[in-house]
Amino acid sequence: MAVTTYVEAIRQGIWEEMEKDERVFVIGEDVGIYGGAFKVTAGMLERFGEWRIIDTPISESGIVGAAIGAALMGMRPVAEMQFADFISCAFDQITNFAAKCRYRWGAGIPIVVRGPSGGGVHGGPFHSQNPEMYFVHTPGLKVVCPATAYDAKGLIKAAIRDPDPVIYFEHKFLYRRVKEELPTDDFVVPIGKAAIRRKGADITIVTYGAMVYTALDAAKELEKEGIDLEIIDLRSLLPFDKEAVLDSVRKTNKVILLHEDTQIGGFAGELAAIISEEAFEYLDGPIRRITAPNTPVPYSPPLEEFFLPKVSDVIRVARELYAY
Amino acid sequence: MKTNILARDTVPPITLPPDKTLLDMLYYMKLTRELEFRIERKLYRQGKIVGGVYVGRGQEAIAVGSCIDLRQDDAVCPSHRDMGAFLIRGMTLRTILAQYMGRKTGATKGKDSNMHMGDLSKNLVAFVSMLGDNVPVAAGIGLSFKMRGQDRVALCFFGDGATSRGDWHEGINMASVFKVPVVFICNNNQYAYSTPLERQMAVENVADRAEAYGMPGEIIDGNDIVAVWDAASRAIERARSGHGPALIECKTFRMTGHSAHDDAGYVPHELFEFWKERDPIHRFEQLLTDRGLTTPTAIEELQQRINFEIDEAIQAAEKDPLPEPADCLRDVYFEGTEE
Ligand SMILES: Cc1ncc(C[n+]2csc(CCOP(=O)(O)OP(=O)(O)O)c2C)c(N)n1
Repeated sequence: MAVTTYVEAIRQGIWEEMEKDERVFVIGEDVGIYGGAFKVTAGMLERFGEWRIIDTPISESGIVGAAIGAALMGMRPVAEMQFADFISCAFDQITNFAAKCRYRWGAGIPIVVRGPSGGGVHGGPFHSQNPEMYFVHTPGLKVVCPATAYDAKGLIKAAIRDPDPVIYFEHKFLYRRVKEELPTDDFVVPIGKAAIRRKGADITIVTYGAMVYTALDAAKELEKEGIDLEIIDLRSLLPFDKEAVLDSVRKTNKVILLHEDTQIGGFAGELAAIISEEAFEYLDGPIRRITAPNTPVPYSPPLEEFFLPKVSDVIRVARELYAY
Repeated sequence: MKTNILARDTVPPITLPPDKTLLDMLYYMKLTRELEFRIERKLYRQGKIVGGVYVGRGQEAIAVGSCIDLRQDDAVCPSHRDMGAFLIRGMTLRTILAQYMGRKTGATKGKDSNMHMGDLSKNLVAFVSMLGDNVPVAAGIGLSFKMRGQDRVALCFFGDGATSRGDWHEGINMASVFKVPVVFICNNNQYAYSTPLERQMAVENVADRAEAYGMPGEIIDGNDIVAVWDAASRAIERARSGHGPALIECKTFRMTGHSAHDDAGYVPHELFEFWKERDPIHRFEQLLTDRGLTTPTAIEELQQRINFEIDEAIQAAEKDPLPEPADCLRDVYFEGTEE
């Protein structure tokens, strides 16, 4: 078993699906000759040729629209947004065309739209966003946010095989910082299943994406004080693993909802509503949210550091909640 | 009043299609008109159709003339005034009427309304309201044909107003860059809702836009079905043999309001008068009569047959069940085990 980075895991996942299924192809900007802005599709042009790794004009709506058209005719397109931020340019095709076809006229749209999201690399307001909630609010779509190399590979494969449109947000901060040994055999990570990253007794943290590591680092510190965190990595936001969240909350009786996305309309709000509807009597303290503030993602290091939820935030809130 | 709208010379049709095709064209144009008459002037006013109703009265030649010779494995992305496309592709009158009346047997099982019909088994792609969205989708359909070395073609329809959308430009550009087998057909009916053409674009013709994308753009008289058929046949043949997409601008006129609730008070009366003279069905009936392919009696018989077919379909569709309320929850995602 070789050690594989998160970015390489995505590449392998797409590559293997392309080897296995000739309906799978990649379409996006600079994905061919250049191999993608972050090299997710490096080497694919040489292996699969220009009609399966398609360099396009700068036309996000066109890219997703073309993916939809090809999917209608039986293909399995993987559309790359060079940065997840640019998915706003394709919003209409995703939310009105792709998301609603099956419901309206029974036409499944098996496309994947993927792109690098998230901050921590000083990308500024247009290269650091977490646009997942625009799509979580759209019935008909699936939305996944892998945090580990294993999940990155397993979820891209599941997304490509899925009969419905899947929005796949990879976290660019994790691309080369996260690595692990991956099995050599074919595996998928089912969409809609959470993973428990750390078992614990005192407080549940529900999170996803790069914040999984923030929570893990905080757990290491808090362990020294005898505070035992349970960390749930959602992996999929739509659909999400409600039972995993509720089971954990029923066990620990306290919950922190943590994400890098901004607060208003963020996934934490949705989770808080569900927990209070379905596990209220198990709660021994208030549901706490730790999120980015309601601002664009700023550029300058002190501003961005302020913006992103930190290990110290988790430690502080966990202590408060533990003492409650 | 601007009536000299065929600013460029039209290419005169060189040959007529075979007689059988000509007669089919007449049938489908008349069927379209009668069906839409019933939908807009009868069923809608009787409260049997709720929501919006858009018809293509006066524009029937465009969908019929361009779709009549397509192969079953070609794809069509109609817009909201292209009823003829559905009929020619084989969607039944009953399915269409059930769709308009929100029945479970309609093309969308009551999930969507009016022209928003699709059927993958007929390679008919359902329109979404967002004008111009079907243009990049058609480009992708063409791309999938080209990638697999198939000699299939896609037809994509839209109005003049839709050509102002960004998606239209992205899709047209991509289609041209990839040289995909797609024929883009604009029904330029001079108005987008209440907005006249000169408020829509600073160029004279929609076809002028094609040049900017390196695509041939042809202007034809959209009320002359033979001209439509001729231009579409050439463009389809060209696309099928690997020479890439083309844009056909069909000059026409919307002989109604934008939708059933709109009295078109903003359209100068003389314009309606001018275009009434150029009615595509009357002109074509004249042509066929002159060529001895039909007679006034045969035309009347054809009309009776069409009325009968539609009466029957309305009766059947009216008896069709409405969806169950809980069907609301179905089919958001794939519900089977294997697709
Ligand atoms: C993106 C978008 N904006 C607005 C509308 C509302 N709308 C529906 S039809 C229409 C006019 C369309 O004009 P055109 O494209 O010329 O087609 P026509 O109706 O004349 O056939 C408008 C504004 C819409 N459907 N989609």
